[in-house]
Amino acid sequence: MRYAMAVDTKKCVGCSDCVVACQTENNVPIGYCRDWVVEVTDGTYPQLEIEIRSERCNHCANAPCVRCCPTGASHFTDGGIVLVTPDKCIGCGACIASCPYDARYPHPDGYVDKCTFCIHRIKKGQQPACVAVCPTKCMYFGDLDDPNSDVSVVLKRRKHKTLIPEAGTKPELYFLI
Amino acid sequence: MREELIVSGRLNPMVDPQLHIWHWQIPLYLFLGGLAAGILFFAALYYILGKEKEFNTVVKRAPFLVPVILVLGLLALFIDLRHKAFFWQLYTTIKLQSPMSWGAWVLMLVTPLSFIWCALHMKTIWPQWDWKYNWLKELEKFFNRYKTALAWIMLISSVILGIYTGILFSAFNARPLWNTSILGPLFLTSGLSAGAAVIVMLSKDMTERQVLAKIDIMLIGIELFLIIHMFMGFLASTQVQIDAANLFLGGPYTAVFWIFVVTLGMVFPALLEVLELRKYHIPAILPAILVLFGSLMLRFIIAFAGQESRWLY
Repeated sequence: MRYAMAVDTKKCVGCSDCVVACQTENNVPIGYCRDWVVEVTDGTYPQLEIEIRSERCNHCANAPCVRCCPTGASHFTDGGIVLVTPDKCIGCGACIASCPYDARYPHPDGYVDKCTFCIHRIKKGQQPACVAVCPTKCMYFGDLDDPNSDVSVVLKRRKHKTLIPEAGTKPELYFLI
Repeated sequence: MREELIVSGRLNPMVDPQLHIWHWQIPLYLFLGGLAAGILFFAALYYILGKEKEFNTVVKRAPFLVPVILVLGLLALFIDLRHKAFFWQLYTTIKLQSPMSWGAWVLMLVTPLSFIWCALHMKTIWPQWDWKYNWLKELEKFFNRYKTALAWIMLISSVILGIYTGILFSAFNARPLWNTSILGPLFLTSGLSAGAAVIVMLSKDMTERQVLAKIDIMLIGIELFLIIHMFMGFLASTQVQIDAANLFLGGPYTAVFWIFVVTLGMVFPALLEVLELRKYHIPAILPAILVLFGSLMLRFIIAFAGQESRWLY
């Protein structure tokens, strides 16, 4: 099993619903966020091109945060999801410094926090909160090992990219272009 | 032209707008750790070479600073932790791929070792020293019997301690400035140089001071070579590393780095030490303070500039 997510940059309108849904679902402390929306503008007016991306932890297959964690608090769980065990985390900050996507942050309670792909919802057969609320249905989630999952189907059909593949992290968050 | 904006407004503290997860504690600890490694390295080396009589300060006196330095360093590390009550989790596992795990375990080895080394030389500082209890005397005898083995362990572990302070940074490919294997040897050399400078400052013996001053000059030379090498490597590398190097070659860190670290912290003290060897009267404390200052600044600047450097996407 290999969980992955694909975000359609052509469909995303940057409404930030995914951000709010995540904060509500996961009780993210006020002023923090586990996912965010990036708008990239290319060119000079009037020749402009825009790409909108809903970003979060990439749940990398070669995750630098898991590698550098001194206690094993950052770990891989079923389906390659990268998680943090709060009671093992000492809050040293190494994983935060090691993430090229800046997807982690220090939780006010001391441990390090990040996107979990809403593992508690997946286990119940539901979609992650951000995927479930998206009004344009621009996000796809599922198991890459299953050729019929939403994410496998859409990745087969559409051109896609990952963020900074040259960092060698093997991200599992895809962007349809 | 390309502009990238986080339109949903991400402002995670200590991550946005620019990573600043490590403040003064980490660079201060890296400096103290390197300094402790330097002092212990020379103590172990000259003991193994059988020169403890001629190099009295190196082997017997200077190491008394190390427990104090290490305890201060550990304190800084502890203050840096944000989930302090769980610090013991470091010692429930060994993660070979995590430099921080290496560091935690090496400190667990070096700190008690430095205390034992001092205990073996109590009589040098306080000639009247008496251990009072028999079991303490037995313990001292036991460690004295294996002192050469102890010195070897100290030699090797101090090198690991010194080099790990740099590897801690270089293991992060997310921060292009840190992602160079030169940082390990550079921080080790800088730590050894700081150790040598402190010994020169403490020593009253002419030959001892001259030998250590010569070693220090040589180490500063190696440091300068490594720094030039580091920038050559960056400039020949990918765009993100070119940008990282440019922080120091025209960017915001240019003045502080070249003036405080290279000029005041390396070239100037090396010149003073050369003049002293040429029999000019130079107060011993001056080059030592400058070397320590340069060594501390090097860590601060690399730590802060590294957090400013990032991948483009």
